[in-house]
Amino acid sequence: MAVELVKGNDALLRGAVLAGCRTFYGYPITPSSEIAESAASVLPTLGGTFVQSECEVAAIQMVYGAASAGERVMTASSSPGISLKQEGISYLVGSELPAVIIDIMRGGPGLGNIAPAQGDYFQMVKGGGHGDYRLIVLAPNSPQEMCDLAMLAFELADRYRNPAVVLSDGFTGQMMEAVEFPPPVSELPEKEWAVRATAETAGNLINSIRLDPEELEEHVINLFAKYARIEAVEARWEEVQTEDAELVLVGYGFVSRLLKAALGRVRSRGLRVGMLRPITLWPFPSQRLRELADTAKGFLVAELSTGQMVEDVRLAVDGRRPVAFHGRYGGAVPSVDELVAAIEKAYPEEGRSA
Amino acid sequence: MSNSAGSTVIQWPESLYHTFHRKPGGGQESTHYCPGCGHGVLHKLIAEAMDDLGIRERTIFLSPVGCSVFGYYYFNCGNVQVAHGRAPAVGTGVKRALPHSIVISYQGDGDLAAIGTSNILHAANRGESITVFFVNNAIYGMTGGQMAPTTLEGQRTSTTPRGRVIEETGYPLRMSELLSTLHAPVYIERVALTDAKHIMAARRAVRKALKAQVDGKGFSMVEVLSPCPIGWKMEPSKAKEWVKEHLMPAFPLGVYKDVIAEREPRVRSAPELNVEGVEELFAAEPTVERTGEPTWEGIAERYREPQIKIAGFGGQGVLFLGSLLANVALRKNFHVTWLPAYGPESRGGTANCNVVISQDPVASPMVSKPTVLMALNGPSLERFEPHLLPGGVLVYNSTLISQPPSRKDVEVVAVPATAVADELGHTRVANLVMLGAFLGHTGMFTQAEVEVTMDQTLKQAAMMELNRQAVERGFGSVG
Repeated sequence: MAVELVKGNDALLRGAVLAGCRTFYGYPITPSSEIAESAASVLPTLGGTFVQSECEVAAIQMVYGAASAGERVMTASSSPGISLKQEGISYLVGSELPAVIIDIMRGGPGLGNIAPAQGDYFQMVKGGGHGDYRLIVLAPNSPQEMCDLAMLAFELADRYRNPAVVLSDGFTGQMMEAVEFPPPVSELPEKEWAVRATAETAGNLINSIRLDPEELEEHVINLFAKYARIEAVEARWEEVQTEDAELVLVGYGFVSRLLKAALGRVRSRGLRVGMLRPITLWPFPSQRLRELADTAKGFLVAELSTGQMVEDVRLAVDGRRPVAFHGRYGGAVPSVDELVAAIEKAYPEEGRSA
Repeated sequence: MSNSAGSTVIQWPESLYHTFHRKPGGGQESTHYCPGCGHGVLHKLIAEAMDDLGIRERTIFLSPVGCSVFGYYYFNCGNVQVAHGRAPAVGTGVKRALPHSIVISYQGDGDLAAIGTSNILHAANRGESITVFFVNNAIYGMTGGQMAPTTLEGQRTSTTPRGRVIEETGYPLRMSELLSTLHAPVYIERVALTDAKHIMAARRAVRKALKAQVDGKGFSMVEVLSPCPIGWKMEPSKAKEWVKEHLMPAFPLGVYKDVIAEREPRVRSAPELNVEGVEELFAAEPTVERTGEPTWEGIAERYREPQIKIAGFGGQGVLFLGSLLANVALRKNFHVTWLPAYGPESRGGTANCNVVISQDPVASPMVSKPTVLMALNGPSLERFEPHLLPGGVLVYNSTLISQPPSRKDVEVVAVPATAVADELGHTRVANLVMLGAFLGHTGMFTQAEVEVTMDQTLKQAAMMELNRQAVERGFGSVG
């Protein structure tokens, strides 16, 4: 089988192109810049559009324009840049425009550093912009998934007319690993609602204002009915040896690779440990975590943050089991040894004697 | 209704809705604008021009934040409502997606000259083929009469209750003058909506600006001095006089830029899916054929499952050396990861990368405790030698590193990599000499395997023979 050794960021852009995206607007920032650089190299040769915008704010608004016109369009940035895009993201949701936003997370707050981090979970999953909304958030843990989930992001964004996010980190963006690329998408969905500068679409309006409170309430109700449909069918996750697990590890993105290695280590010592890796951070695999709380006696969440996703795990488990947390932050990354020690500490006593 | 050229003022333009069906509540026959406001007049001038140019169906009207936030109540064309100040950025996205469209960015003074200053400046500077109608009434109307960037010195507003003080708030911004210093815009004119004569001049300017876009000439803008009787707390007739007496002296009317005639039309095509193009483009990417089961059979225990750090100075091809090694292992169906030091760490002349090769999926691509260190220069040896695990392999470029490594608990392999590369006539293949030496010493992969991988992954056929020789010399150097 032919494979390519590809950087995560490059695999992501390639996935976007395979998904039919021909339009990129963005502003360079480490560690996401390769995505813009790949876009600048690839898209114009395919007759597509690449614009390096004057700022992050402009980039997301250019995305808004292209999405209004019905394009499959994307932007990519890294944490501080994503903060700047939040206004535009809220408008995209308000106007029900599909678009794909990439966040290659780095250390914060402030300028922070460029090392890998997961401190943007709240910003992307809980909504960093104003108003009531949700973003579809996908969390790859390898260059292969950078490609696959970028493709999925476009599909889900169009299907639900909502922005979708690929939330990754500096390591996954910068590392090379084997990737098998699927064939390109050959047909794109019709978007009757878009303004296409045609007679048929001249009556269309892309708009996020609803001045009348009743009208806006109805709009938000409709949005959340849509979100309920997404939650019902789009949650994705990976499970490793949860069948007999006394302790379930939960981690997303890069951290899940370290957890898996730690899991292998403690399993060989006889500890019954499993792992659930959320692939969609929203919708969150809450239902599955609730089910696992029936059999597992405890949970351990690891993140490259002071604890953000852990809140969603605790909400899902709802106090029925202890949820321990191990975090590193500021760009620091836990070693597998460190995670093994955290697992030993969190492992339920009753499980040990069993 | 007629769409023909030369429509009279009595005719209702098709480009304006007759009944404002999007306007909530009653009064769908009248606009939401205040008596004496200039917006209605300008809307009509634009709509008439759209009719006469026959562009209604392909026009996309961008409504800003401000009094004209509800532009989509009125304009009978594609409509996009946008965030405060961002219409030129949104317009960029629309126009690039739909080159045949006519994009109208309708903005007020707060929108264009305060919160959106950078967006208008850069859209103009890129020469986006859009038309901007900039309504300058020297005040924030919609939000209730606060200071605008164009508010005059001494003018009272709700946020300059004692009159605008220049020392505190700066000067009224003259956007037409400012933007006309740029090369890209093709047409910039300032007009006023006061009396019939000025309105006729405005009518001509609106047409000219839109025509420039229809002809694909580039960025055009008409700044419109417009009365705001409510914001200024004046009778409508007095407001028109105030435009003449106060606004026009501060913002002189006239054509600030007109190079329409001398600019060639720019033709852009809409983005296409072009599936064949995608397949063709990516077919050229280097792939490797994975073969067999990964095995360490025949390799000494201490060399198996290596965690490799490769370091040198920028330009020595350290990252390439790592990726080639990773590709060799990938071809043998091992799990591999490659990770560069990135960002500021990769500046300042040093470069390093991490390669992990394993029979199992790799957890972390980061190598903090290497089992193998390949040091191509002195500073790299100094920096990473202490981290090498006891029993590890240290391959160093003895041409550039005169002081041998001090560690006694690791295997040390000296390779005169740069000297060998120089003999071959190309200093830059020292990295391949290092690779050959490392593989020759450990037996991890064969020279033939490296050559096959280079054939599969390297694009520059012209370099192939030199690369092959460098690898061969590396293997030979450790006999």
